[in-house]
Amino acid sequence: MGALTLGRAALLCAALGMLLLPWHGLEGGPAELAAWPGGTAAPLVALLLSGARWWLWPVALLLVITAPPLLRGRAPGGLLVATGAGIILWTLAMGEAIGLRGLDWHWLAPLLGAPPPQPSLGWGALFVLVGATGLFASGLAARGAFGADAFVAFLVAGSAFLLLLFVFGPLFTILSAAVYEGDRFAPGALVARVTAPEAWSLACLATHEGCGVVWNTLLLATLTAVLSTMIGLFFALLAVRGGVRAAPLFRAMTILPLITPPFVVAMALIVLFGRTGIVTTFMWDWFDIPRSRWIYGLPGVLLAQVLAQAPIAFLLLDGALRAISPSLEEASATMGARRFTIFRTVTWPLLKPALAAAFLLGFVESLADFGNPLVLGGDFDVLSTRIFFAIAGARHDPGRAAALALLLLALTFGAFALQALWLGRRRYTTVTGKGDSGIPAPLPAGLKLTCGLVVWPWMLFTAAVYGVILVGGFVHDIGRGDMSFTWRHILTAFEVEWRDGFALRGSAWDSLLTTIEVAAIAAPITAFLGILLAWLIARQDFRGRRTLEFMTMLSFAIPGTVVGVSYVMAFNVPPIELTGTALILILCFVFRNLPVGVRGGLAALAQIDRSLDEASATMGAGAVDTLRRVVLPLMRPAIITALAFSFVHAMTAVSAVIFLVSARHNLATVYIVGRVEAGEMALAIAYSTVLIFIMLAVVLGIEKGVGRARLGRRAAPASPGLRNAPAAAPVRAGA
Amino acid sequence: MSATRRLFGAAIAGAFGLLAAGTASAQGSLTVYCSVQEEWCRPMMAAFERATGISVAMTRRSSGETLTQIRAEAQNPRGDVWWGGTGDPHMQAAQENLTQEYRSPMLAQLQPWAVRQAEQTGFRTVGIYAGALGYSYNAPELQRRRITAPRCWADLAKPEFRGEVQVADPNTSGTAYTMLATLVQIMGEDPAFTYLRALHRNVNQYTRSGAAPARAAATGETLVGITFLHDAVAQKVSGAPLELVGPCEGTGYEIGSMSIVRGARNMDNARRFYDWALSAEAQAIGAEAKAYQLPSNRSAPIPPQAPRFENVPLIDYDFARWGNAQERTRLIDRWQREVRAGAR
Repeated sequence: MGALTLGRAALLCAALGMLLLPWHGLEGGPAELAAWPGGTAAPLVALLLSGARWWLWPVALLLVITAPPLLRGRAPGGLLVATGAGIILWTLAMGEAIGLRGLDWHWLAPLLGAPPPQPSLGWGALFVLVGATGLFASGLAARGAFGADAFVAFLVAGSAFLLLLFVFGPLFTILSAAVYEGDRFAPGALVARVTAPEAWSLACLATHEGCGVVWNTLLLATLTAVLSTMIGLFFALLAVRGGVRAAPLFRAMTILPLITPPFVVAMALIVLFGRTGIVTTFMWDWFDIPRSRWIYGLPGVLLAQVLAQAPIAFLLLDGALRAISPSLEEASATMGARRFTIFRTVTWPLLKPALAAAFLLGFVESLADFGNPLVLGGDFDVLSTRIFFAIAGARHDPGRAAALALLLLALTFGAFALQALWLGRRRYTTVTGKGDSGIPAPLPAGLKLTCGLVVWPWMLFTAAVYGVILVGGFVHDIGRGDMSFTWRHILTAFEVEWRDGFALRGSAWDSLLTTIEVAAIAAPITAFLGILLAWLIARQDFRGRRTLEFMTMLSFAIPGTVVGVSYVMAFNVPPIELTGTALILILCFVFRNLPVGVRGGLAALAQIDRSLDEASATMGAGAVDTLRRVVLPLMRPAIITALAFSFVHAMTAVSAVIFLVSARHNLATVYIVGRVEAGEMALAIAYSTVLIFIMLAVVLGIEKGVGRARLGRRAAPASPGLRNAPAAAPVRAGA
Repeated sequence: MSATRRLFGAAIAGAFGLLAAGTASAQGSLTVYCSVQEEWCRPMMAAFERATGISVAMTRRSSGETLTQIRAEAQNPRGDVWWGGTGDPHMQAAQENLTQEYRSPMLAQLQPWAVRQAEQTGFRTVGIYAGALGYSYNAPELQRRRITAPRCWADLAKPEFRGEVQVADPNTSGTAYTMLATLVQIMGEDPAFTYLRALHRNVNQYTRSGAAPARAAATGETLVGITFLHDAVAQKVSGAPLELVGPCEGTGYEIGSMSIVRGARNMDNARRFYDWALSAEAQAIGAEAKAYQLPSNRSAPIPPQAPRFENVPLIDYDFARWGNAQERTRLIDRWQREVRAGAR
């Protein structure tokens, strides 16, 4: 697409927004349109002429300047860049400066006087902003940036603008609280908070006091990562090399953590291993093992997290193990190495990068986990829960929460940096390891026995946990051991009445339907935007590419609670007012799950040869055509996978949305939190069961779709569907 | 003839029906933040809708979360009324000028403690129910261990309860802070902290949510849970083998409160709800919803299962002093330093 075409389209869009559409948001719904072109539905041009928004004249003037050259068929780059950026900055700055109570930036009083209140931006403003972004991008393209392709320029500028607005902006808002003491700017407070003994105390080594919350978090994350990697490795060894026919079973297990709503595993663990739990009571009755409360604290949280992470580690390691060429091992064997020596000197080193990836994924997931520490933590505090209670607890301290969030961010970034380091090495090793034929060496007997000793009890354990979840919703009170069958909980939540017409009377219907709706809207947007960004990052060469990549990944590293509160703080007041709508939930999900789409897209693009793009380009296709006719069709599996993941993530997110739900738009997970708080485990478990089945249906349906859409050439030899995706798309269970 | 008349009648009825529907929507709407359990929130809102024709949008969150929400929305409030939840966050909201002053004509019908709650905050909040602090123990577990039934706060510090007491963390829970403030008022500050240090050895877990210890005691996860007594009653009524104790030294109580959000969009409806929620009929809904607090309207029926204050020696809880944010921070800091950090 040429710069001129885009520039003209952008001008049209902005003119439409300025002349026709209502500038401000319609609080009273579409009924207010009746007053058009006056009243609350007035477009900008009417507001300007009546003098009600005289401070927005620069927007109109900037737009008018660009019209003559564009219409005459020239695209003056510098002018377009300047006007585009000017319109965006001016509109947003004035929106911030003049709020619902008139002037908010009091230092502007000499300039602006006492302007009337200004509500939030609406459709007209949206079109003008989109148009301005288009002008900006076409200007850049006209100056030769982005290979002079205006389409790419628009995508980059647009997504950067969105990311700034919905990831960076809110984050900046809340983290700046770390340097404020009350209303006073105090950089010293930041230092004090970040180095506070509550975070770094090492008292637990010497005394009975608890250690700093950073150490707790690190300890938990490291243990989770080590254990889940180990268990995942045993599973993978047994599945690939052990000659066991249970591989489909293992694979089925890997889907479970994805579709499990938060809290439910933790509740099942209490039912099993709590002091009056099923297993505990059994051990007491039969073996006189005293009942204790060991589950509350580090062991319980660790167990719950390993349950979620081990299957994902298995996925990664299974793929890596299959990719190792047996020919190297055969070479080793022909040179007379014993089986254990082969494993130690050939297989193990080749696995190392995948092990590191699994380890770091487990580590990061554990840092982000909120549900399990909340239910099972006992006295054991980690950063994610500490942040939540610093914001919502009895002692409200946003500054402390922001400082703790900074620490958590630093830990996550540290982990990502390490992962990036390892990824570099992984590429190298896997390529070396690739070969063609040969029969993989069977496991050494001792190792196989060890694997079996870990794997089968673990399978049994997983089955027990999910068995409790399945049963728990259909018995009176599984927590107290009242195991008589009942439909009561399901009826409370999902009662349907036929009296006069069809009525959903259950208390959970509202939240369930909203959840499905929001997830179903957010998922395609996430997948689409993610894949587009991945394409930009992988296939286009422009300055700031790394920055864009970093920004897409940023939202993954931010703890959910921080995201939630920052969205309320940033989008509750004009210029952008979204709280209380379903839109804020959708936006939150889109930008929070974006890394899933981007990662999936990057992984898929790595499998599609660049020469295809180049061939398309040499035959004269622009970026739009190449994307639409070559790249996207080849990426179909990745797109569908990204769809499934973002849907499932949106349905299980809790900490990010707990402050964003409203009366009309409640979500399933928040409803479950309420049930857990009230001690109604049975109802919470029943609801979770229903959610699990819904997500299972969606995931299986999508996987089936992917199976049929498998590509004939170029795709990875192993099925590219859900099975491989977590390697590229980290999973955030229970976050 | 009669058929015509019937038709005519039906037409008129239909017209009135339309008119009624019109007025119903003209009654407008109301957004309520509800901080008691869902089972109580729902019938409450439904009853108000039936009584007034105002359509209610209700969000249920814990009181801490609601306060966070109202704070975040202060520039542009979304909620109109905040109904329910322990009194401290309501007082804090009043202190931070997040809620609106309103002198309801219903104040005359209320119990003195409810009115005092209003007076102390300059009529920015009002008491809607009260619940005494206490503890509950799991009777079969106690019998199995052959421990004599505890009656007082002091009993819980005895060595036989080692590792058997559960209470919430005052950092996160208003219930636990109420206990802290209550003990300081009963014993005096230094003896109270001595007692808390002794109790600390017996505590197996400081939970985050205030009502969790009652649930834990109900399932036997702990022997004793310190909570508001109505939380324990709710467990007992659903069949748990719990015994409730109002400690012999006396105890404090919470005053569940209600406030109007400052800058509420539906101020008139908010006031209507406020007045209605203080009426006897509205307060009778709690008992049906298994909420066993004491209603603040003097003529509202008291649920038979409710822990009566007559049986529980109540202290003269000074909400103005102990609800103050600075005093609260000071006490919690001291607790964190001297009690929580200690060995068990």
